[in-house]
Amino acid sequence: MVRLAELLGERIYAMVLDLAAIFTLFVQVVSWAVRPPSEIRNIVKQMEEVGIRSMPVVLVTATFTGMVLALQSYAGFQRFGATSFVGSVVALSITRELGPVFAGLMVSGRVGASMAAELGTMKVTEQIDALVTLATNPVKYLVVPRVVAATIVLPVLVVFADLLGIVGGYFVSVHLMGANPYVYMAKTYQYLQFKDIYTGLIKASVFGTLIALISCHHGFVAQGGAEGVGRATTRAVVASSMMVLVSDYFMTSLMF
Amino acid sequence: MIAIRGLSKRFGKKVVLDGLELTVPKGKNTVVIGGSGTGKSVLIKCAVGLLRPDAGEIRIDGQDIIRMDERELVRVRRRFGMLFQGAALFDSMDVGENVAFVLRRLKLYPESHIREVVEEKLSMVGLRDIQRLMPAELSGGMKKRVGLARAIASEPDILLYDEPTTGLDPIMADVINDLIISLRETIGVTSITITHDMASAYKIADQIAMLYKGKIIEVGTPEQIRTTSNPVVAQFVHGRAHGPITDESEEFVRFVSR
Repeated sequence: MVRLAELLGERIYAMVLDLAAIFTLFVQVVSWAVRPPSEIRNIVKQMEEVGIRSMPVVLVTATFTGMVLALQSYAGFQRFGATSFVGSVVALSITRELGPVFAGLMVSGRVGASMAAELGTMKVTEQIDALVTLATNPVKYLVVPRVVAATIVLPVLVVFADLLGIVGGYFVSVHLMGANPYVYMAKTYQYLQFKDIYTGLIKASVFGTLIALISCHHGFVAQGGAEGVGRATTRAVVASSMMVLVSDYFMTSLMF
Repeated sequence: MIAIRGLSKRFGKKVVLDGLELTVPKGKNTVVIGGSGTGKSVLIKCAVGLLRPDAGEIRIDGQDIIRMDERELVRVRRRFGMLFQGAALFDSMDVGENVAFVLRRLKLYPESHIREVVEEKLSMVGLRDIQRLMPAELSGGMKKRVGLARAIASEPDILLYDEPTTGLDPIMADVINDLIISLRETIGVTSITITHDMASAYKIADQIAMLYKGKIIEVGTPEQIRTTSNPVVAQFVHGRAHGPITDESEEFVRFVSR
């Protein structure tokens, strides 16, 4: 029992240290981002990596989320004859919550893993030390472009995710459940406010920052060869997925 | 000249460097020898500012780099070139981009000249027409040579070699030895090499220093080291399993003491 408490204590202590290190990294990123020379070429390269290459997986996820949402709400609302509200439920759930969160989770898995693995490999093969000896700050050269790119690109991904989620919901309701297309679209717009969309996009932006910071941190502290890189990658994915959900709760409670 | 005084570094409870003293004369090659895990890498990583020591000073032409802030350190690091043990080439870039990296970062040449300059640096290490190859396509010896070309690209006056011959076949190891000597003779760099390859140490060194238990226990010319009377140094340079190093280390006791 004492042993268990010790173990738990150690884990919590390690987590606090990690959080402190990630916060320090954030401060460094901000201070290096504003100093010349600009890393614009690397930022564009990372935007392509985070944005364009994540597009297929995010869009497929969003479409099916919208579809299953329509299916489930239809089944539920049928019980009290309110099926005309399915459109509103789909639109609000997707834009406020599911679009950003699922995009965040998919990007955590795809981009978080690749960032942690790439930086981790660079760390254990001394490439990061080599950068320093070649007059280059690793945070500025490696972390700033990734964080900036993820912060900018995630909201863009979510705009498309929102659209396709709503299209997926429309398809299921209208073509499979036989809802009236005009009523469905009218209900979709009726309760949807601009605020629902932009708060979702702000969330997405924060997720992007968090995912890139956490994954770069775990890559930077990797040690011990291939196994260490594997461990760093796992930690990056687990930690950034968790942070997406945790920060989502707190942002939601602040914004609505 | 590099003067290292009272350098100490510990990781957790393990004391790696314990008040180390070493003077590295200008234009000469100083070779630091010592067993695996004795802190040779830690020493040169402190010298280039990759690691912060706990105490001591490292003066480069009189300036103490340990008390410098990051900005000053960046300026001083431009005088350094470092060859890493595994070459540490950027594997997302081709050979040409690797060698040109520091030239582009510091904008030392206009973009139109870069290819030419890179080709010149590569020819200094005996390579040509390989700018388009990726690091993964190179052999170990070629990687080291590209790493060396990258290290000398910004024309540093101090070069640090981390085990330059480790993992190479004897012929390629000697090619690297010759390169180290010719760089010292042609561009007059001051260098620190860490190695446990005694054949290489005797060949390239102007002075050899032995690192043991966190301190430099003997410094001398290759000839002085070869004929040393210090039993610890003698055991190491002659590669004997029996002697003071193995008697004192628990790591070896089980195998050697009987």
